[in-house]
Amino acid sequence: MTSSSLALPLRGSRALRDHPLVERYAPVLTMVLALVAIWYVAAVAMNWSLVRDGFEREETPYTAADVLAGTMEAERPLLPAPHQIAYTFFDSVFGYPPLAPRSLVYHSLVTLSATLLGFLLGALFGSVLALLIVHSRVLERSLLPWIICSQMVPVLALAPIFIVVLGALGLHGLLPKAIISAYLCFFPITIGMVKGFTSPDPLQLELMRTWSATPRQVLWKLRWPASVPYLFASLKVAVTISLIGAIVAELPTGAEAGIGARLLSGSYYGQTIQLWSALVAAAVLSSGLIALIGLIERSVGRRMGAH
Amino acid sequence: MPKPSLSPPNEPVANPAQRRLVVDAQRISLTFDTADGQVEALSNVNLEVAEGEFVSFIGPSGCGKTTMLRVIADLQQPSSGTLLVNGMSAEQARLARSYGYVFQAPALFPWRTIEKNLKLPLEIMGYSEIEQQQRIGRYLAMVNLTGFERKFPWQLSGGMQQRVSIARALSFDPALLLMDEPFGALDEIVRDHLNEQLLQLWRSTGKTVLFVTHSIPEAVFLSTRIVVMSPRPGRIIDVIDCDFPTDRSLEIRETPEFLKVAQRVRNGLRAGHSYDE
Repeated sequence: MTSSSLALPLRGSRALRDHPLVERYAPVLTMVLALVAIWYVAAVAMNWSLVRDGFEREETPYTAADVLAGTMEAERPLLPAPHQIAYTFFDSVFGYPPLAPRSLVYHSLVTLSATLLGFLLGALFGSVLALLIVHSRVLERSLLPWIICSQMVPVLALAPIFIVVLGALGLHGLLPKAIISAYLCFFPITIGMVKGFTSPDPLQLELMRTWSATPRQVLWKLRWPASVPYLFASLKVAVTISLIGAIVAELPTGAEAGIGARLLSGSYYGQTIQLWSALVAAAVLSSGLIALIGLIERSVGRRMGAH
Repeated sequence: MPKPSLSPPNEPVANPAQRRLVVDAQRISLTFDTADGQVEALSNVNLEVAEGEFVSFIGPSGCGKTTMLRVIADLQQPSSGTLLVNGMSAEQARLARSYGYVFQAPALFPWRTIEKNLKLPLEIMGYSEIEQQQRIGRYLAMVNLTGFERKFPWQLSGGMQQRVSIARALSFDPALLLMDEPFGALDEIVRDHLNEQLLQLWRSTGKTVLFVTHSIPEAVFLSTRIVVMSPRPGRIIDVIDCDFPTDRSLEIRETPEFLKVAQRVRNGLRAGHSYDE
């Protein structure tokens, strides 16, 4: 055997390992596979006694293999197996017309509309607050404690109060949910934008002064563009929070539609698979929103000379 | 050509020049309150700069040369003394955009291209779009950066960035150019090159320049007058006239006349105990 024939398979395997696709996706894929494996093991362990008790109640003879198979297809398992969640998720996304009440697309759209409206309100409110804080020491001292306090009360406790108060004012449906979502998501934007608005270099601020720029020009031509990286960082945090806010807001209202409503009815009727697939929908929605903001960030960054 | 004025330290100056004074500072003092007590950054400084002069300030750190420039620019207010810039108070002069300021760092706006950076002061001052474009072209050409309009600052070297900031300071045609160690962060070769360019720029525009530096050869090469300053308290200890031909080149630095002036600057710095630490 020559040395070259020995080296060939070795070089081959190294080439495979160094392949850009492998290098990029192998770690992620390994992680996902490991998690799925752990999940399956956990599903078997958690559903075992449930399935066994079922066999015993019906007094049918069973083997360990029957129980094992049962843990994978229980109707109301403690922990559904990944393929059950995946099946229900795809079925409820693609199995119905998008606006049917059993379609997850419909529920996601309901929650998404409240999320987006809340996110928009929160981003505006958060930026305006940041602007006020940056421009006035007095406002900083008087506003900041309240802003921090507002985030210390659990939203689960506040949401019903909001719903009742806003309901008494004649606001129902989308708007109260959006307001609760905005209430949660303005905070990271305020904190991020205060940092962003104060990020310009002292030299840049002095240059503006030598040109006797007006405060408005300093804001629009210096403070605002300088804060854009901070804006996107806080938008990404805020958009997931505003989704959580919209879902939480659907819980106390006993809403008939929305991801929150699916979670509520899922847990009420012990429909764990429905519960999990609603969670998956929430996760898909929030990753989609973050990815969208990431895309916008990159295209804005390109125009602003990011490298 | 009337001779530039020479103001002895701490004494009022008799009317020196026939030419219009761009800076007229009398008995300027500035005291800072710091944690360690009061610091006299400027003590009784008199300075008169006529139109078209190139005046350098040289001295060790803490001698008040940068503070003096900032006072003239109305970025800092003196504790006492009278100051006229372009015939106005310093604040009025700033509001009238009478000067362009160049810092040690280029301080370009990283999210703006080179042409947009030049455009910024013009936008702020409300020039028309056509006028802005004309000026961008003219001043980029003046600092030899035509063709770099669409580049972002990070794509340019430090020396090129500083040239952009000089073009930006000139773009609105101010009466006065204030430069605070503009080449301090650049290496010797780039610095020599920019010194020649700046001299040429000064000759062709006829601007009045106030220039802060640490470097004796730079000061002697560029200036019509060198103001030697000394710290604790910040004050002027010598004012030296230089009248080298306006079309001088870097070679002049080898001549005995040049070395004589440089020697006098060095002596001034030594007399002010600048080399104590």
